[in-house]
Amino acid sequence: MTGRSVVIEFKDIYKSFGKKEVLCGLDLAIYKGETLVILGRSGCGKSVTLKILLGLIYPDQGQVFINNTEITALSEKSLMPIRRRMGMLFQGSALFDSLTIGENVAFALTEHSDLTAGEIETIVAKNLSFVELSGTQNMMPSELSGGMKKRVALARAMAFQPDILLYDEPTTGLDPITATTINALIRKTQLEFGVTSIVVTHELDSGFSVADRIAVMDDGRILEIGDVESIQNSKNEFVQTFIAGPK
Amino acid sequence: MTRRLNKENIAQFLINVHGLGEMFGRSLFLAFIKPFYLRDILFQMYSIGVKSLSIVILTSTFTGLVLALEFGHEMAVYGAKMYTGSVLSVALVRELGPVIISLVVAGRVGAGITAELGSMAVTEQIDAMRALGTNPYKKLASTRFISLTVMLPILVAIGDMCGMIGGWLVSVTSLGISSDFYWSLTVQYLFFPDLFSGLLKPFIFGMTIATVACYLGFNATGGTRGVGEATTRSVVLSSILIFTLDFLITKLTLGAI
Ligand SMILES: Nc1ncnc2c1ncn2[C@@H]1O[C@H](COP(=O)(O)OP(=O)(O)OP(=O)(O)O)[C@@H](O)[C@H]1O
Ligand SMILES: [Mg+2]
Repeated sequence: MTGRSVVIEFKDIYKSFGKKEVLCGLDLAIYKGETLVILGRSGCGKSVTLKILLGLIYPDQGQVFINNTEITALSEKSLMPIRRRMGMLFQGSALFDSLTIGENVAFALTEHSDLTAGEIETIVAKNLSFVELSGTQNMMPSELSGGMKKRVALARAMAFQPDILLYDEPTTGLDPITATTINALIRKTQLEFGVTSIVVTHELDSGFSVADRIAVMDDGRILEIGDVESIQNSKNEFVQTFIAGPK
Repeated sequence: MTRRLNKENIAQFLINVHGLGEMFGRSLFLAFIKPFYLRDILFQMYSIGVKSLSIVILTSTFTGLVLALEFGHEMAVYGAKMYTGSVLSVALVRELGPVIISLVVAGRVGAGITAELGSMAVTEQIDAMRALGTNPYKKLASTRFISLTVMLPILVAIGDMCGMIGGWLVSVTSLGISSDFYWSLTVQYLFFPDLFSGLLKPFIFGMTIATVACYLGFNATGGTRGVGEATTRSVVLSSILIFTLDFLITKLTLGAI
């Protein structure tokens, strides 16, 4: 891993909601082009971590750097261009339910590019075929299954060709076959576009199959980080229990 | 079950006042900043204005009908039945038109906006919009703010007309007033201050309904149930503000002009 450049860096992040401490002293660095999987129990603050990275939530303390820019010091307005370089697949897909699938995927392009309607249509069609949902342009999100929604959300997140993709539980609640399709898509996205990805999950199989490195999170900080093998052979009790399941 | 006025309630109240002020400021300011989202604004104007027409026409016509009956009946006692039209038009234009129609719109449109934006908030669609680099205050709140502020005065003007037509129907059919006399009195006693106050009110109420509806929608939490509660609160808060502001505007404009 040496010599690789750091794209994202969390430094000593603290965040509480009311009296509830969610993150306390989170440190994490992500290298260019890698897929980092964050494993952790439900409610341990994984989604909050991703939202802090997008600037959707401000930490109480600590800094976040993206390509050496401290985003925690930026205003909402100056965050906008940085967010356009990132794509996020939300835990519940968060498709705009008043827009068609095509309009959802086209959203960022319609909003922030000078492309013509025809050019946008071409990109939308290409992205939908990438996630194997060609021809669904005119359907509404309510007509899709959960797995299809996740794939549309991925197509939407990719539309602006981001350098960083964030996946919040991309396979949770899906059958194993659909989950495998999505894992393959995550891999394919990384290989074809060279994006840096963070995948948040509490599903081990999914995590192990897409990860270059794995970070295990507990008590609001990173407990252990390393490649798949080193995590599987970890001496840490929590990590072992998490991987093997409670005895 | 009295709600105690403790520190937390006061803090929450101040947070809400601040939040409403901030939502108002952002919606207004962003209305003058690019991009203008003309398509979204036109769509909102259609769904706010055109789709409210039938309920506005219905309420205001019946208000006119009933008022004419009541006024006619009461004024006959003083032998002033002929003046029903003038009293009716002033009451409608200054007071009843703006307030009743704004309340109807707060119930129909304000509730709808809070429900829609609230569902978007709890399903992370508003976060998703921000993540895609778009300002939701601009795209969602400001467009609705502009549309309501423009459409409500128009709806009120239409409602005033319908109310007068309702009054005319009753005057001609059951009060024995001639059509010409009714309309000439109606117009004769409507002065500029009446029209001014009558259109200033819906203009301000439109901003009020939009601000309240967007603020409560954006800040809805706690799933579907939270959205339901926010929707109810939106109608209640808008109504309270409409009555309060109505009193203030009336007080100010009566003396000033
Ligand atoms: N906007 C918020 N307001 C208040 N509390 C919040 C908010 N967002 C998250 N929390 C709290 O922070 C904690 C961590 O939430 P988070 O969504 O990050 O969990 P998670 O690790 O993603 O869990 P899951 O795997 O179930 O999605 C939870 O206890 C949650 O209640
Ligand atoms: Mg989560």
